Order: sequence, then C-alpha cells, then structure tokens
Amino acid sequence: MKEFGYKVHKERLIDYDKNDKRVLEHLKKHEPSVLTCIACGSCTATCSAGQFVDFNIRLVQTLLRRGEIEPLKKEVQKCMLCGKCILICPRGVNMRNLILAIQTAIDKLK
Amino acid sequence: MAKTIVVIGGGVAGMTAASRLADLGEKVILLEREDQTGGHLRQWDRLFPNRRPGYEVLDFLMENLEHKVDVRCNQGISSVSQQPSGFSLELEAGESLPCDALLLATGFDLFDAHKKEEYGYGIYDNVITSADLEMMFRSGQKITTRQGDAPSRVGFVHCVGSRDEKVGNLYCSKVCCVTGVKQAIEIKEQFPGAEVFGFYTDLRMYDRHFEEMYYEAQQKWDINFLRGRVSECAENQDHTIVLKIEDTLTSRPLKMTVDLMVLLVGFVPSPETLRLAAMLGIVVGEDRFLEPVDEHTRSNFTIQPGVFLAGASKGPFSISNAIADAGEAALQIHEYLRTL
Ligand code: SF4
Ligand code: SF4
Ligand code: SF4
Repeated sequence: MKEFGYKVHKERLIDYDKNDKRVLEHLKKHEPSVLTCIACGSCTATCSAGQFVDFNIRLVQTLLRRGEIEPLKKEVQKCMLCGKCILICPRGVNMRNLILAIQTAIDKLK
Repeated sequence: MAKTIVVIGGGVAGMTAASRLADLGEKVILLEREDQTGGHLRQWDRLFPNRRPGYEVLDFLMENLEHKVDVRCNQGISSVSQQPSGFSLELEAGESLPCDALLLATGFDLFDAHKKEEYGYGIYDNVITSADLEMMFRSGQKITTRQGDAPSRVGFVHCVGSRDEKVGNLYCSKVCCVTGVKQAIEIKEQFPGAEVFGFYTDLRMYDRHFEEMYYEAQQKWDINFLRGRVSECAENQDHTIVLKIEDTLTSRPLKMTVDLMVLLVGFVPSPETLRLAAMLGIVVGEDRFLEPVDEHTRSNFTIQPGVFLAGASKGPFSISNAIADAGEAALQIHEYLRTL
C-alpha cells in the first residue's frame, strides 16, 4: 500500500479500508432511513439522554457510516428510547429502531 | 386574426414574459389578482447579492409593460377551460376571456412559519421571518426588538419550511441561504457592535457573487456561521429567545440567547397555482410544484399544447432566474402561435 508522507497514530486514525461495515450493512437492510441523515444535529440538540450524559445520537450515525464499531457498542447503551429525536428529524430517520438494530447487529458479530 | 395570449400572474416572471411577448408583436393580456403588479418583489428592500434597491428592478419591469401590455389588476379567475380552439377564462368579475395560449406565471407563496411551532413564530415576541425583516428594512426605520430595543445579538435560522419532511417539503428553497447572509450583513450595517449568527446545515451559495458575499460576511462583517439546525427555542422573561442547537463541529449541544431570531422561510407552491393546474390538467410534481414536459430542454412547456409555464410555479427561483426563464417562455410562445 502506498504510504503518504505523514503518519497518524493508529488510535487516531479512521482506517476506512479496514473498518468493519457489517453493522452498517445490517442497518441498510433493517433501518434504511439511516441513509438519509444530513448531519444537521437536531436530534442531538433535543436528545433526552444527551442532556445528562456525554451521548451524541447524530455522531452515532456518523460513526456507524465509517465502520467505527468499538465506540458504538458503548454509545447505544445510553439511549433512553424516548423517541424525541424522531419527532424533530427533518429526514425522518427512525432513531429508536436504529439503536435497536445496531444492538442486534453488534450482538450478531460476537 | 391576431392571436391572444393571456399571462396569469403579474410577478417578476409574468411581467417579463408579457413585455417580451408584446415586443415580439403579440397581443397580450396580463391578469393580476392583486391591485398592482410586482408580486413578491414589492416586499423586498434590497436584493442579493449586491444589495441594490429592489425598486430599481421593479421600475424596470413596470416601465417595460407600459403602453404595450393590457394589464388588468384585481382580476381573480373563477375557471379556465380548454376550447375547440384555444382556451376560455371565466373571470370573477363575470367577464369571459377567450385566448389562444396561456402562460402560468402564478408564482409561489412563502412558507407559513406558524407551522414550525417549535420556533415560536406568532407566539414569542422576538421571533420574526426573513419577510418581516425585509419589510422592516423597507420601512426605513431602525431594526428593534418588539420591546423597542436595539438588538445586540441576532440569529438567523436556515431551512425553515424547506428540507424538512415534517412539513412535507423535502426540497431546498435555494435562495434563503443567500437572503440570510444578505440580511445578516444589513443588520451589521445598522449595528456594527451586534453579534450576528447564521445557523445552517449547508450553506448554498450557488450563483455568481454569492460565495464572495459569504466571504465578505465573514471577513468584513464578522458574522458567525454555526453548523447545526435549531431544534427548539423558548422565550425568556425579558423577551429574549433562548435556542438550542447541536454545534455539530464540536459535537456538543449548544444553548444561546438572542434578542431577535429570524426564520429564513422558504417557497411553497401557491394554492392558486395548483387550482389552475388541476383545471388545465397540468402535471404536478411530488414537491407540488408544476412539472414541465422536460426540465432541461422544454422547461416552459406543459403536456397541454398551448399552456406554458414560467417562474416559481415550477419551484424556487431567484429574480434573475425568473427573468431569464420568462424571456425564454415568451420566445417559445411566440413560436407556438406561428404554428396555429
Ligand atoms: S430516543 Fe434516544 S437518541 Fe432519541 S432523543 Fe431519546 S434518548 Fe435521545
Ligand atoms: S435530526 Fe435526522 S438528519 Fe438531523 S442529524 Fe439527526 S438523524 Fe440526521
Ligand atoms: S437555500 Fe439554504 S436555507 Fe434555503 S432551504 Fe436551501 S439550504 Fe436551507
């Protein structure tokens, strides 16, 4: 592989070539609304759980797209499944089912 | 016998097409349901991107109509129907108007901001729309809060009623971004010390000089652009507005108090456009704007021979786009009349 003229510490790097896209593939099938997110952040701004803890539902979706599975495992536990984010999303992303589907997909990986 | 063309709608597109058709020697009647032509352009103080006075363009369009076009204001249309040769319009005043071709230049409405209740329009004192702000600029008075104070922090909320499936409008209204940047600069012109914010998801500076205006807004006027969509807001006791947003570039929720919150309202298809389209059998798109036969190559034609389209009945348009589109429509109609 061609090395570019700089080095990034492994933990800092999103290695898109090596990352695991299986969770994303599962989501595309079971909650395809995830494809339409425009990263506007309305969900995060309004999120019930995010008022109390360090949790960002918009970022969860971005991590999912990049195949960053490790942080996802911890993040999805924080959602209270209240559905407030669904009410506000301008793209109609079904975040509750998204969270559940991510959990299912992660369990399958084991 | 001379052919008659009726242009429905006396906004920018209708005025342009009518005067072009007259220049081409056609007999043209322009119907406007308000008491004067000019349409939405009358509500503008200064235009983007160069902040020239709106009346300059309005005067140009008005002068072009003079002595050439039969302009009839206060003319509502009860019905329109296809006839063996051409069309017949029944006017609300009782008159029946036959014609050989029709141009629908019926334009758009502004999104009704009351529908986004989470933004508090009509509920909180200091939430206004971009159209309200434009009227305040036009009045020549200094901008104040409802309480009469000079604002020290102003926030512009992008995409109100556009790009939002919750209100049924997936499309982008195209010109609200540039309107927001223009108005932000105008606030700074009046209040150099004020802080001005634009809350955006994407900034669509699509046309010539737009991006440069954005650059000027940052460099010369120190306007802040914060990437995130306002999720909700509330009114404080002192009538300032506290809003909530995700600052997506730091990935953290952000709270901010502003003295004035401006909603950049988008385009919606006007009910009158849809009513006429239904009577004429014109195809309406999923976005509820009118569909031409081919959006690239025959964008002024409808599936009904003799019925043509121009301007914002087809979707969001800028003034310059509407003028260009209407000029093309006039040429197409002129050619069509030769074939009859
Ligand atoms: S459903 Fe989960 S992500 Fe959505 S607002 Fe509630 S806690 Fe936040
Ligand atoms: S509100 Fe919807 S579109 Fe906006 S970031 Fe959240 S999921 Fe994406
Ligand atoms: S032009 Fe800008 S503010 Fe208007 S709908 Fe499009 S992205 Fe939103």
